[in-house]
Amino acid sequence: MFKLVDSYVYIEKLRDLIYQLLEARDRARSGGSAYLPNNSSIEVGSTLVKLGFISMLKGGVIMDVTNEKQAEIAEDAGAVGVMVLDKLPYDVRMSGGVARTAGLDVIKKVMETITIPVSAKCRIGHSEEARLLEEIGVDLIDESEVLTPVDDKVHINKWEFKTPFVNGARSLPEALRRIYEGASMIRTKGEPGTGNVAEAVKHMKAVVRDIATLRGYYESGYLEGLWIYSKESNAPYELVVLTAKLGRLPVVNFAAGGIATPADAALMMWLGSDGVFVGSGIFKSADPEARARAIVLATTFYDDPETVVEAQRMVSEKASMMGIDVRTLKPEELMQTRGV
Amino acid sequence: MVRVGVVAVQGDFLEHVQALRELGGVEVVAVKSPRDLSGVDALVIPGGESTTIGSLMRVKGLDSAIIDLAESGLPIMGTCAGAILLAKRVADRVVGETGQPLLSLMDIAVVRNAFGRQRESFTTDIYVDGVGKVRAVFIRAPAIVDAWSEARVIAYVDHYSAGKMGAAAVERNLLAVTFHPELSGDTKMYEYLLSMTRR
Repeated sequence: MFKLVDSYVYIEKLRDLIYQLLEARDRARSGGSAYLPNNSSIEVGSTLVKLGFISMLKGGVIMDVTNEKQAEIAEDAGAVGVMVLDKLPYDVRMSGGVARTAGLDVIKKVMETITIPVSAKCRIGHSEEARLLEEIGVDLIDESEVLTPVDDKVHINKWEFKTPFVNGARSLPEALRRIYEGASMIRTKGEPGTGNVAEAVKHMKAVVRDIATLRGYYESGYLEGLWIYSKESNAPYELVVLTAKLGRLPVVNFAAGGIATPADAALMMWLGSDGVFVGSGIFKSADPEARARAIVLATTFYDDPETVVEAQRMVSEKASMMGIDVRTLKPEELMQTRGV
Repeated sequence: MVRVGVVAVQGDFLEHVQALRELGGVEVVAVKSPRDLSGVDALVIPGGESTTIGSLMRVKGLDSAIIDLAESGLPIMGTCAGAILLAKRVADRVVGETGQPLLSLMDIAVVRNAFGRQRESFTTDIYVDGVGKVRAVFIRAPAIVDAWSEARVIAYVDHYSAGKMGAAAVERNLLAVTFHPELSGDTKMYEYLLSMTRR
């Protein structure tokens, strides 16, 4: 059987190939970004430990927080991680202007308060913000469309970092392009800050549908189908084949963008998510403590309706964030079309 | 046929399930509630977030069911987060006492995130007493800093900043491993666990 960890070995080789092509590996080594410069047999920041770390998050919930108080609530509720932002996605949407990475002191404060992994967002293409986050020791970097992109053509070269990255994607080709750039984890984009799970559902189903198609090509030995798919959708061929062989995304895939209730989380798990990011849904609700715990329960026990009912009853629909119907947003207000 | 349960509330249980299936002669069951434990000959508690797994095991009483089986001699291997849950004493390197829900089965003291954050995660070869040389992947790994009464540290890692730290410990039928045998493709730790079922 071809296992998920086998794909990790493959991605490690892909990184080596890309580094050979760029002749950048030695530079990265001497700069200390790929390996710690010491003589011991201890290897730091390899592709395997990046992908392996992400594997540990599976079946869990990562919660958006803006300060250490919210981070403590998230940890107590059983979150597997927090994502530190300056403003929650809903507030980013309402305030307008340029959204940037969170204050480094705020992130540091969160890291000193809780024991679970701490993530933070940087702008698409802003490799310096990413470098700052790596320097202060953030465990996972989200190159996120919620913040204002600085580059509308190219994402960050994530192979150059020893901190893992997560990127958003609306479709399989978009996801594979991000993995090719070095992303260790994918999440659906959904439509952030809306409290409306509809777009996340659309994106997850698009990914699952394409994987099923590729799997079909692979099992019937129809190589031409893989070539055409890769060419027509601008998806890296090596990763198209890897996905077809594995029958799932070659890295961990979370749901994100509009999850507001325990039922939303359970729905995304049924659709094939490995876990869930909750942005505005918790701390923009009127019952954050109960809701955080309820979403954790619904994510783990999504296949047990009794427990999901119990979780859903822990929250009041009167307390859910009001939310925004995506159809009322103007095209320029959509975040999901940033960085494709 | 040996029946091995893998606790599947959160974490990288899929990797454990797939690695165990490849061994041959092993039937693997994902364990989410106490009824999934019936008939298992050994149990694996995977990596993940120990605070999350610990609190989720309480929801359906999985924690007390595992404690009962451990006391009746069921071989249990906890990897990374699993090792933390097996320990009686747990602290975080930066935050200090964690007060998190534990199984508290082994007479060992564990420090969480002992080598640093994810940035400092690493792979290396270590020597495990009774097992041999093992390829070990340490991810935001804990370390075993003390073992008393019947518990015994069986592997150490020599780290450039943290120094010499305990990486595995055994106490009768219980095995705490601070690294990830499910990620490295090295099956020796699983074979060690399976050998405990035959004792």
